[in-house]
Amino acid sequence: MIPAGSLLVAEGLRKTYGPTTALDDAGFSIHAGETVAVMGPSGSGKSTLLHCLAGIVTPDAGTIHFDGRELSAMSDAERSALRRSEFGFIFQFGQLVPELTCVENVALPLRLTGTKRKDAERRALGWLERLEVDDVAAKRPGEVSGGQGQRVAVARSLVTGPRVVFADEPTGALDSLNGERVMQLLTEAARSANAAVVLVTHEARVAAYSDREIVVRDGRSRDMEHAV
Amino acid sequence: MSIGHTLLGLLESGPRHGYDLKRAFDEKFGHDKPLHYGQVYSTMSRLLKNGLVEVDGIEAGDGPERKRYAITEAGITDVGRWLASPEKPEPYLTSTLYTKVVLALLTGRDAGDLLDVQRAEHLRMMRALTERKRKGDLADQLICDHALFHLEADLRWLELTTARLGQLAKAVNA
Repeated sequence: MIPAGSLLVAEGLRKTYGPTTALDDAGFSIHAGETVAVMGPSGSGKSTLLHCLAGIVTPDAGTIHFDGRELSAMSDAERSALRRSEFGFIFQFGQLVPELTCVENVALPLRLTGTKRKDAERRALGWLERLEVDDVAAKRPGEVSGGQGQRVAVARSLVTGPRVVFADEPTGALDSLNGERVMQLLTEAARSANAAVVLVTHEARVAAYSDREIVVRDGRSRDMEHAV
Repeated sequence: MSIGHTLLGLLESGPRHGYDLKRAFDEKFGHDKPLHYGQVYSTMSRLLKNGLVEVDGIEAGDGPERKRYAITEAGITDVGRWLASPEKPEPYLTSTLYTKVVLALLTGRDAGDLLDVQRAEHLRMMRALTERKRKGDLADQLICDHALFHLEADLRWLELTTARLGQLAKAVNA
């Protein structure tokens, strides 16, 4: 049964890679403006779940609905358009284009959807200010610290006004202090923009920034909201 | 840790004398702190009074009479309730959690479920501390961080124990 008011819902997801079962009847749901942590040990299937939810990987079975539309019923072009305009992404590292400055990196998703350069960079700079890294706007990713780079990535994930941000171990490469600041800024910015955040993490202190958690183990998911 | 619940859990696999109970407890849980006989007998008389155990038989010997205790239905329900309810997250919980996991495995209950529920309880407290930190001043942040790091250590233990459940089940049922 689909929980009422959910923005993104998955049911009965299965995915195998050769002999390995990554997902085995996994489910998920999230509301607008909600942050849900996806937890579980390495290899449990949590990243595969995120990739399926984001339409990057097609599950072998099961359904995913975003705002009432089924992802599997869309064409590749429609799914790509959805990812560009409605979804934002943050990964552990290696996500900024090294040849572009930080402000150009943040403006990139807007440029890809046809926004004029000047307007795109103005909005990008606004996000860099919110993430407290506007001082690195003209620098390239190789010239900034890990914590600054990750804040730039957060700004880029939010610049298009996405309805869902997918964050896969967003603080995995950062020290405690920088990791916490990134989580504070990410969750506050997402909440004020009413964006949902799917947060894959194995770190409890990062998961503590979520509203609730689901646990993935051996490809199966468990919603812990009513477990206690 | 609740000695009463632990002794009850040990009785689930079959009736035992007080002495056997003490020996089983010491072997499984009392590595650095064995039970005193007095604790066993005072606990058993309380459990008897509360209807959680019954006397299954009395053997007369040279010394005092030896009572054999059996768990009652109410006792089984009581153990089940204890194992299913998460512990209040606080430092140095490990011995109670370890006892619960071992007893769940010994009595055929779902130890993975117990650990999942405990993790959820820990995260609930971590969320409250994170929220307090978010709104608080530097002193609040430092105090909350201390608690958060301790809770995180517990959670790491929970994860590792979850990963080792198969191994532990073999060891405790050997």
